[in-house]
Amino acid sequence: MRVRMRSAVGVVAALAIGLGLASCGDDDDGGGAAGGPLVVSAATSLKGALTDYGETLDPRPRAQFAGSDELAAQIRQGVKPDVFASANTKLPDALHREGLVEQPRVFAGNRLVLAVPTDGGRVRSLDDLDDAGVKLAIGSETVPIGSYTRKVLARLGAARNAAILKNVRSNESNVGGVVGKLTQGAADAGFVYITDVKSASGRLRGIELPARLKPSAAYGVAVVKGAEHRDAAVRYIDALVSGAGQAELREKGFEPAP
Amino acid sequence: MIRRRPGWFGVALGAALAVALTFLVLPIVAIFVDAGPGRLLAALDDDASLDALRLSALTTAIALAIIVAVGTPAAYLLATRSFPGRAVVITLVELPLVLPPAVAGIGLLAALGPKGLLGGVLEDAGVELVFQTAGVVVALCFVASPFYLRQAQAAFAALDPRWLEASRTLGASEAATFARVAIPAARPGLVAGLALAWGRALGEFGATLMFAGSLQEVTQTAPLRIYDGFAEDFTGALALSGVLVAVSAAILLAVKLMDATEPLGRAAR
Repeated sequence: MRVRMRSAVGVVAALAIGLGLASCGDDDDGGGAAGGPLVVSAATSLKGALTDYGETLDPRPRAQFAGSDELAAQIRQGVKPDVFASANTKLPDALHREGLVEQPRVFAGNRLVLAVPTDGGRVRSLDDLDDAGVKLAIGSETVPIGSYTRKVLARLGAARNAAILKNVRSNESNVGGVVGKLTQGAADAGFVYITDVKSASGRLRGIELPARLKPSAAYGVAVVKGAEHRDAAVRYIDALVSGAGQAELREKGFEPAP
Repeated sequence: MIRRRPGWFGVALGAALAVALTFLVLPIVAIFVDAGPGRLLAALDDDASLDALRLSALTTAIALAIIVAVGTPAAYLLATRSFPGRAVVITLVELPLVLPPAVAGIGLLAALGPKGLLGGVLEDAGVELVFQTAGVVVALCFVASPFYLRQAQAAFAALDPRWLEASRTLGASEAATFARVAIPAARPGLVAGLALAWGRALGEFGATLMFAGSLQEVTQTAPLRIYDGFAEDFTGALALSGVLVAVSAAILLAVKLMDATEPLGRAAR
């Protein structure tokens, strides 16, 4: 299919040249036999770090960011990025078992915090979350941030868990949605990663969770099977696990792989 | 139409249509074929999906009621009076037609969100929109009302001004002329506008997600449920999509049928 597509493009390009029109060939080379840049599908929370990391590379990879669950669903539907970087290890492991990605590697850790708008005063600690009228925005159940959040809440005990969930006003499809609802003052509090608080440039304040509640958020990355730029993908992941990528991750507040 | 043997141009036209048709119809066919009708129906029996459909029906109904109540007189004014700046006003009310939904969502937040232009006023009045079903209705009204306004304005403008004059000469007030002459005569156009607005409201996604959030039973309409569910339950998302396709097709068909029958109906009067 792809091959036929490219040959069709070739025919059109040849015609264009033949007619004396300006023609544009491939913009950049992905460093492999195939054309185009390396394509990275990554969790929303990785946006800052992987964008900076990408800028150190030549050619610069093309990265798309969304909820890890959505990106995994795309891969299951046959979409083939070269690299899949998830905000958990569950999704890459599952895709590996299904034969869709190669052996995943853990490359970073992150910390869940309770985030509140800097200018909001309604929520000062975990104890305020079940107060009447408090508005919470959290990740939806299917996205990693949402499942970590539910783990934290479950550790608070059934009664408090239920009381807090009653205050949830929105289940956002990725962590960016939670951040947006907080910075707009729509929600009083939400659970996000410490890295999101850092990249919100002062608009969010992070409240640390007690150690007994903290779920370990480990990030997994894998080469997608059948990737067009497999060699470049392997190099990208190598440097992410133990090279230039680590510096960018640490800069944004990510922790070493747990 | 004159029948002639198709030349190369006719063949090219036919090929272009075939390409367009295949491209446009394929995704819709795929929704029904991918999982098969049996599994689709089974997947619909899911609380979140049913809640989403119920909420979509409720919010679009309320939004349409508001759109008709405010939009009909507004369109009548635009169609029957000339005033300075009329063209500008028409352009402004039609602008949301071409706005990307994300722009609508962020605009609504900037206007009516807690930190928005009118956020303080709304809060003092005790009106809460974000995270509320009312917020969904606001988003739907914003994106869908221009469809109705535009169509209604065209319908009123197409009325023969002599009818309205006759009504007034016979002693009917302006209001009575509007209610008893203009609205009945323009009804087909109004209904078509309503159907288009409904279709747009039913499909609204981005503005709702950004402005109202996503919570089952409160703000998660059918399109939001499709988005939320597709990662985990692709078949369920397909099933819900199938329902929206069917409803949208029914709306479109109704409009087409009305278009087709109306000239006859008018001639018979």
